[in-house]
Amino acid sequence: MSEGAARLIRGGRVVDPSQGIDGTFDVLIEDGKVVRIEERIEAPDGAEITDAEGLVVTPGLIDIHIHLREPGFEYKETVGTGVVSAAAGGFTAVACMANTAPVNDSRSVTEHILLEADRHPYARVYPIGAVSKGMAGEELAEIGEMASAGAVAFSDDGLPVMSSSLMRRAFQYAQHYDVPVIQHAEDLDLTGPGVMHEGEWSTRLGLPGIPGAAEDVMVARDLLLAEDTGGRYHVAHMSTGRALELVRLFRARGVNATCEVSPHHLLLTDQAVSDYGFATCTKMKPPLRAKADVEALIAGVVDGTVDCIASDHAPHHHDEKDVQFSAAPFGIVGLETTVSLLLDRLVHAGIIDLSRLIELLSTGPARVLGLEGGTLTPGSTADITLLALDREVTVDPGSFRSKGTSTPFSGWNLRGVAVGTMLAGVPVRLP
Amino acid sequence: MNETLRWTRKDLLGIAPLDAPEIELILDTAESFLEVAERPIKKVPTLRGKGVINLFFEPSTRTRSSFELAEKRLSADSMNVSASTSALVKGESLLDTATNLQAMSPDLIIIRHQHPGVPHMLAKRLEAGVINAGDGAHEHPTQALLDALTIRRNKGRIKGLRVAIIGDIEHSRVVRSNIQLLNKLGAEVTIAGPRSMMPAAAHALGATVSYDLDEALEGRDVVMMLRTQLERHKRSLVPSVREYFKLFGLTHARLARAADDVIVMHPGPMNRGTEIASDVADGPASVILEQVANGVAVRMAVLYLLSTAATGAAPTAAGQSDKEPHAGDGAHRGES
Ligand SMILES: [Zn+2]
Repeated sequence: MSEGAARLIRGGRVVDPSQGIDGTFDVLIEDGKVVRIEERIEAPDGAEITDAEGLVVTPGLIDIHIHLREPGFEYKETVGTGVVSAAAGGFTAVACMANTAPVNDSRSVTEHILLEADRHPYARVYPIGAVSKGMAGEELAEIGEMASAGAVAFSDDGLPVMSSSLMRRAFQYAQHYDVPVIQHAEDLDLTGPGVMHEGEWSTRLGLPGIPGAAEDVMVARDLLLAEDTGGRYHVAHMSTGRALELVRLFRARGVNATCEVSPHHLLLTDQAVSDYGFATCTKMKPPLRAKADVEALIAGVVDGTVDCIASDHAPHHHDEKDVQFSAAPFGIVGLETTVSLLLDRLVHAGIIDLSRLIELLSTGPARVLGLEGGTLTPGSTADITLLALDREVTVDPGSFRSKGTSTPFSGWNLRGVAVGTMLAGVPVRLP
Repeated sequence: MNETLRWTRKDLLGIAPLDAPEIELILDTAESFLEVAERPIKKVPTLRGKGVINLFFEPSTRTRSSFELAEKRLSADSMNVSASTSALVKGESLLDTATNLQAMSPDLIIIRHQHPGVPHMLAKRLEAGVINAGDGAHEHPTQALLDALTIRRNKGRIKGLRVAIIGDIEHSRVVRSNIQLLNKLGAEVTIAGPRSMMPAAAHALGATVSYDLDEALEGRDVVMMLRTQLERHKRSLVPSVREYFKLFGLTHARLARAADDVIVMHPGPMNRGTEIASDVADGPASVILEQVANGVAVRMAVLYLLSTAATGAAPTAAGQSDKEPHAGDGAHRGES
């Protein structure tokens, strides 16, 4: 269908937390925008019909923390394979981190990523620019240039901004463009040679540990700086209960702080490193944490402290991950497992309801980055995800559309899956 | 010797997967091999025709010599590959190294690596049996087994003994394997060392944790000192050797708190004046040289047991052999 035509999504359970909607409705789309959501809508002449009976219709899901690896690491992932992976996983938009080669620290790299995204229209791509030139942690990158080219936030993710003075300047300067500074919160000095969470299992396995305090001290420092500067702060892939507690505390003091968690930090503990026999699919940063941290993060997901869930999709080549634990790069893929994992382990498990999950995967991430989307209010662009809540799937990395296959969830049987996406009312057909 | 239990494991990756009867089987088998060292010709044909590769990614004169001697006494065909000579330094991946070695069809591969889990990863990919000769700060099963043999031969038992292990707990594979083994055989273990050398969750290791040497020594039947390599840590864990020795160095005077018939052990090589004073190392309580001799016997036992599992057929162990020992070239060349 062309954008001008109409589409009627008929008979689905529409869940849109931005409007407090959860019920069976028809959704009418014209010119790529949502027009009406009502119990029964007559199809206009020439409208295409999508039969959504038995499916859930939600505002398009958005993953604000992924690595597309292009330019520079096309052997790990490209913009093309990444957006197809995103669409296959039920996402209509992604925000990609800047740790490419060259680093996305300039207008030209931002534009390159967006050009590649235009050539692969399977999901929207929002580049995140680097905070510092070359992600070297010394000088501010040209945040304004990148913002005007389309960068939606700034982060040296993969590396933390270790310098307190640079972080303070980033908070100050980013306000000119009303964009958040996203921190991969990790004090590298405390991390040292660490490769997994420092605790019971690092002790047993003799692996060097990354203490929870490495994250906590960074989050605490950043919150203080955000409070002083009025900057917008977003904590990437939060993994400790204490960091979450700090965000809660400073938010109550009026600091403009948000945070995300990743599915693996909600579903696995550091024990997995032992259970999986040192398998490198359990190695990521931040590391899988202790049970108490997992419980605290889940509590934050339930009580609203956590703003969104993001996969930290970090594909690596099989050969890079197929080495001893200590030598493997940090990171696992997540775009094609997030939705099923969360439907099964959070929604069907009764921990949160579906509306809260959609808030965490759509409305929340849109709000954090100030993106359009995350809602089906009339007039909004009709980016939509369709879910089959009761369809059973088995995670099979061999079927991933991503180039990356490293996941600790291989073989998991899960109930609930994304079955399709639409961009501006047009169903996305995977190549 | 336990005649009913047969060894079934392809690999010896750690003490963690073993149960008490398996540990006792290894110790009993090692006892029978100790006798070989008493013979004028210290060699038996048990592993004749078996290929063994010693793959050491980390220098280790002691453990490697001990394995080599055990292999020679069993008449195995052995080969040494060390990190400096292997292609690893040229960027070959660990797995490529392993699969290349597998192409030589060895029966057993002994692996020492500076990082935890490497023998485990390779064992999954290799047909050959894998013996972990130390993986980072994780496990060193043959060390724990030779320590257990030494304790058993001196004390007549392990059950009920009170054992103290002293030193850099965080970075020690010896302590991790020893605690597990001693717990499985019913001993009671206390670990002690400076707080900055204790792992984050020391209690998870399964021992009583102490930060005071005198408290840890009180009434102990066995005291194991760990090798402390202060210079190896880039990050200063204790300010100086002098302060370390004051806090945790074992002297004759401090050892007086232990049981009258205490034995003192050390996995070697010792740092005299850092973790142990010479008057203790060379004193009557020391069984450190016995550990070395027992190490060869334990490694012979492990090589023998694993080779029986690997082939399915049971070659004859030294203790059961009626045949004349094979007088080969490698008899005793003084490698220990
Ligand atoms: Zn990160």
